[in-house]
Amino acid sequence: MSDPIIQPMVGPQRESVDPSSVTEKREGTLPRGIDRLGERKRARLEQLAQATADQGGVSLVRDALRRLRRNPTAMVGAGIVALFVLVAIFAPLLAPHDPAQRFDELTKNLTVDSIPGASSEFPLGSDPLGRDFLSRMIHGSRQTLFVGVLATLIGLILGVLVGALAGAFGGWVDNILMRFTDVMLALPALLLAISLVALASRSSQWTVIFAVAIVNVPIFARLLRGSMLAQRESDHVLAARALGVKRGAIVLRHMLPNAMTAVIVQATLTLSTAILEAASLSFLGLGDPDINRAEWGLMLGVDGQRYFEVRPELAYFPALAIIVVALGFTLLGEGMREAIDPKSRR
Amino acid sequence: MLRVIVRRLLQLVVTLIGLSALVFVWLRNLPGGPVEALLGERATPERRALLTKALGYDQPILVQYAKFMQRLLTGDFGNSIRSGDPVTEVIGRAFPATVELAAAAMIIAIGLGVPLGYLAARHRGRLLDNLSIGGTLLGISIPIFFLGYLLKDVFTQNMHWFPPSGRISTGVDNTDVTGFFVLDGLLTREFDATGDALWHLILPAITLATIPLAVIVRITRASVLDVLNEDYVRTAEAKGLRHKTIRGRHILRNGLLPVVTTIGLQTGALLSGAVLTERVYNWGGLGTLIYDSISGGRDYPVLQALILLAALVFVLVNLLVDLSYAFIDPRVRVR
Repeated sequence: MSDPIIQPMVGPQRESVDPSSVTEKREGTLPRGIDRLGERKRARLEQLAQATADQGGVSLVRDALRRLRRNPTAMVGAGIVALFVLVAIFAPLLAPHDPAQRFDELTKNLTVDSIPGASSEFPLGSDPLGRDFLSRMIHGSRQTLFVGVLATLIGLILGVLVGALAGAFGGWVDNILMRFTDVMLALPALLLAISLVALASRSSQWTVIFAVAIVNVPIFARLLRGSMLAQRESDHVLAARALGVKRGAIVLRHMLPNAMTAVIVQATLTLSTAILEAASLSFLGLGDPDINRAEWGLMLGVDGQRYFEVRPELAYFPALAIIVVALGFTLLGEGMREAIDPKSRR
Repeated sequence: MLRVIVRRLLQLVVTLIGLSALVFVWLRNLPGGPVEALLGERATPERRALLTKALGYDQPILVQYAKFMQRLLTGDFGNSIRSGDPVTEVIGRAFPATVELAAAAMIIAIGLGVPLGYLAARHRGRLLDNLSIGGTLLGISIPIFFLGYLLKDVFTQNMHWFPPSGRISTGVDNTDVTGFFVLDGLLTREFDATGDALWHLILPAITLATIPLAVIVRITRASVLDVLNEDYVRTAEAKGLRHKTIRGRHILRNGLLPVVTTIGLQTGALLSGAVLTERVYNWGGLGTLIYDSISGGRDYPVLQALILLAALVFVLVNLLVDLSYAFIDPRVRVR
């Protein structure tokens, strides 16, 4: 990220380093009259250098990170996300039992209208098949993270590809690609996801991931394209072109990095909607058919729905987990958006 | 203005044709097709071939598409594979239910969202503001089908305030005129039917309104905050104009522009949400129809018509919103 273009405040930084050395050289070589004028200039520059010295040059990313750290709600979001990721990583260590094991002491108490509740050994009670619900919740963080991240990542990669092509070439390439995204955007998100899942002969975890990913492609594509088109006319691209930088290099090294900030922010927000959309698909019976898999959306959408009257906790806990995690990603994403927004810069 | 409308409508037609082609080709190229759904997996190959032929699925895809488009232009979307009824009839039956639900949800979302967003902006940083921000964040993070179950559980099972599901109580004698039960009751002066339909409508509408409401509050708040800092608001205050005048003519008139756009975009959320909400409350609208046409064997004619209809509604509403912009804000000249 040492690209000079993403350091818009590079001006004052240079002045704070250079002026003394430049003017020192001047002293010996230049005639007296001009030297006096130079002296006044030097004083002014030194003053300026001193004034900006403590600030130094600040890159957009560093500046944004600093503002992000000062934003308490964003930090709450970051904390939630960090906790979520940690639980997912250390799930096998945290879970008291094997999430797939059916316990005899639980299964023998299972009836049509009752599912064993909390006990000292099983703090959240049983799931409909006599497995430890707490362990399944903890392991669920892994699968939920997996689905959310993968769906977002695939959507982001495809979207960036489409957006970058459209933004880089413009003209008819742009026209065709954007008509295509228009067609996709003409369908509301969940309906598009439903249609995509309906296309598959048999749903699996991957159809869910893929459907949720595709829904986000046009959003990422549009975002990136807009940002890149705006840059095509901007000074730093003009400068690069004037210097004879190759077209591919301009796109990859000068335009894309600048446009990516907005895309990354959008990706953080998308993580939250991706998890919610996966849960919605499960609820509609279009999700992962493997109901043994511990994934929050699946647990809420299938068992939570089916056994809501019998034992609502089966819905409450996954729902709560999903709400908190979605909230975490949203808070973090919005904090990031605020941090890179020049309007909020002070 | 007229030229703009015509051009946008042409664009809309192009989008829809593209979508119809995509949907048509995709739906037919996949395994587990309608023939399988009708006959079951153990059907003999002869019967399968016979039905494939009868339904016209044995012809080249381009021919099928051309025929489909030809029929479509005459308003014939084919027959539902599940029930055998014409698709237009099947959709026509379900359409008013969803529109009624969506309209009620939108009324709640706008009626509550705009004032709340305005008040939050006016009381920035105070309790009301923080509460509404927290509420909106919760609103966009909660899976709405879970909220639906929660509301249903609390208000129907525990409190018995509202009926648990459906559009109208069994035994209520309502005359079907337009399919909009609330409206029908008013038209035929069967006010008990209107009341009953409204009673059934409240919980689903609240559930469906959650996301649009949250989004509208946020946008209104942000937009009003922007406007509050404008010079013309300060000028108006300095001139000693009444609060009501400033609020109506200066703040809201300018601050609501982004909100109008948002309302258009929220139609999408409503259509998506309807699928979930209708399933929770057994509502029997388009959302239920989509669900049934997918899970009960892939009912392609109904599905493709529904997808096209959803796209048409969504794009059309957004076109209307764009055009209304020019009327609300004289500075905007739609290009």
